[in-house]
Amino acid sequence: MVQESEIKGNYFESLWKFFASVKLTVVVLLSLAALSIIGTLIPQNESPAEYFRAFGPFMYRVLATLDIFDMYRSWWFQGLIILLTVNIIICSIERLQTTGKIIFTRNPKFNLGNYRRRKSRKDLVITGEIGAALDFSKNVLAREFRFCKVQSAADGFAITAEKGRWTRLGVYGVHLSVVILLIGSLVGSLRGFEGYANIAEGEYTDTIQLRFKDGTLKLPFAIQCDDFDVQFYDTGAPKEFRSKLTIIENGQAVLQKDIIVNDPLRYKGINIFQSSYGKLDGQAGAANITGEIELGFQSKTSGMTYNIKASMNKPVEIPDGLGTFVLDKYYPAAEFRGMAVGPAFQGTLTPTEGKPFPVLLPVRFPKFDSMRKGTAVISVLQTGDIFEQRYFTGLQVTKDPGVSLVYVGFIMMILGCVVTFFMSHQQVVVEIQPKGKKVALMLSGKANKNKVGFQYKLERLAEKLAAIDLTNR
Amino acid sequence: MMYTSSMLLSIVTFVYGLAGLLYIFSWAFHKEGAGKAATWITLIASLGNVAGFLLRWHESYQLGSGYGHAPLSNIYESLVFFALTIGVIYLVIERRYKNRIIGCFAMPLAFFALAYASFGTSVKIQPLIPALKSNWLIAHVFTCFIGYSAFALAFGVSIMYLLKKGKEDPADSGLLFRLPRSEMLDELTHQLIMFGFLFLTAGIISGAVWANSAWGRYWGWDPKETWSFITWLIYASLLHFRLMRGWRGKRIAVLSIVGFAAVMFTYFGVNLLPGLHSYGAMKG
Repeated sequence: MVQESEIKGNYFESLWKFFASVKLTVVVLLSLAALSIIGTLIPQNESPAEYFRAFGPFMYRVLATLDIFDMYRSWWFQGLIILLTVNIIICSIERLQTTGKIIFTRNPKFNLGNYRRRKSRKDLVITGEIGAALDFSKNVLAREFRFCKVQSAADGFAITAEKGRWTRLGVYGVHLSVVILLIGSLVGSLRGFEGYANIAEGEYTDTIQLRFKDGTLKLPFAIQCDDFDVQFYDTGAPKEFRSKLTIIENGQAVLQKDIIVNDPLRYKGINIFQSSYGKLDGQAGAANITGEIELGFQSKTSGMTYNIKASMNKPVEIPDGLGTFVLDKYYPAAEFRGMAVGPAFQGTLTPTEGKPFPVLLPVRFPKFDSMRKGTAVISVLQTGDIFEQRYFTGLQVTKDPGVSLVYVGFIMMILGCVVTFFMSHQQVVVEIQPKGKKVALMLSGKANKNKVGFQYKLERLAEKLAAIDLTNR
Repeated sequence: MMYTSSMLLSIVTFVYGLAGLLYIFSWAFHKEGAGKAATWITLIASLGNVAGFLLRWHESYQLGSGYGHAPLSNIYESLVFFALTIGVIYLVIERRYKNRIIGCFAMPLAFFALAYASFGTSVKIQPLIPALKSNWLIAHVFTCFIGYSAFALAFGVSIMYLLKKGKEDPADSGLLFRLPRSEMLDELTHQLIMFGFLFLTAGIISGAVWANSAWGRYWGWDPKETWSFITWLIYASLLHFRLMRGWRGKRIAVLSIVGFAAVMFTYFGVNLLPGLHSYGAMKG
């Protein structure tokens, strides 16, 4: 039994050691960097058909098995990130056990012997009285260091001073920020969603298409697109995409807002972004055609052409007793015997004597109707501005309850980097000893970072201390 | 169409070039006077660069309504800002480290950035497309390019380090002997990389916050984002190698060069990658 627990202990210890190593950190960091390149060379989240075409059946199967087409969400990439997280946490715990003792102390220890032995120590001999020298030095140090204490040492005094002890925590702040960031993104992927909806002007929907997974999602409210507008610069580049949206909840309009790119609508934790737009090809049919269409009727018997303006569904009388004609439908992309003929109207011609029959009038082919060999050739001469261009707005709809955590991580990471890189824990000692009728000063100190910069600081301090001479004159 | 600002910036290109030549002359022939002149000329070039930047900003507003914007929206404008930050950061380093030989390696970077801008890209002032109309544009581009410039200078100093390494003996070669001490170059590389890393981090974060307000996601693994992440990882491992594993000198210099290659790929190379990420090309 004892042996078994020892073995377990050893396992745990070696596992702990594995995760606590900085070697692991850099290996994971560099692996993440190298593997990330793949996803920038192979476009992600395209349709399977496209990959199949690009890679062929064999490579497609290999790459698909490895999740290469959605690699940043794959188990192995996410696994590496989890490995990094565990590594960061265990490294931090391990290091805090030792540095914690240095950081969390009320009475910082100064080993005077160590300071005396430092190569960078500076020695001054000044004329004056030891008490005045002590007061002066203490003032100089107190101005720059928060903690400043006098103790007696040998035949004189030693002033110990330090600042920035807490800055040793900076690096833990950066590491914690990474963990918070990752937790935030986990919350987002578990409890949030990312989808999109295309809504035609005047219409609404409460269902969005999800991204990165099949399926739709029903929102607790409906989004109505009242209007969409796109503006262009005189260069032809887009200037603004604007959707006028109304949120409808339980049949009530509860919120109205214009959204543009960079200015989304947020409602009940769900964000709605302007993301794309498109033109509707008049699919909605005749109901949308409001203006008048100019039609030409060429009588076969007289050869005369009559131009008549007609509205949809309103019969018009054709001169020469040729009957009545009515426009029934509009097809944005019509077909005639399997041939695409583009936009076309369909009408009904009712001769004075005889049965009504349908007539197809392709807008682009005015002579098309002559093929019918009827008593009149009907053509569309002018459509004017009858087609009001209708758009649909493409909205990105997201919910991410992890964003606030991620932002906390962001702020912490920046502040942590500033502290870690540019602030240090500095300790100095000034020893003051009588030397005959004069006073000997020894200045020494150390910093845990930016040692070169700290040397400059010590030199400046030495200059300030040397000024005691001047004050005594 | 030629703008006054682009004319000014074309001239500034050659002023940077002249400063670089003078630094090199001063290094090669050990002429203090040429070095001093080079410092002044660099200052003039940087001021001219700032003036060109501000003038272009002003000119965009003169072009008509809707055109006005901070000149940070395409490759040309970003290169102008890149050269500007290289110039300014270099002057700070020269003052702090009191060494002019670094200028031999820094000024060519500013010169090439601006030369490529003036002669290799479209100078035309384009109005902002909807995606770029945001207050985050300035914060994002400023932070990114301060980071890029610091990495560019770290790259220059790393090359100096590799030239200098093992040539500390006066008998070796006068030229290389006059390079700063290798410890100082190593330390300067480290300082620049920490500075660059902070700004790259801030740049990626400001980009993420912006993406979240424009597209509803703070991270989407598009090639530009991914490559900035790759760059970040490379420099992050460099910092860990140095601070935790005690790497110094040559290995850090090599990593710094690899890191800068990743920066350049994030900046230019991403536009060559397959995919439909058009905003990347526009953002430059």
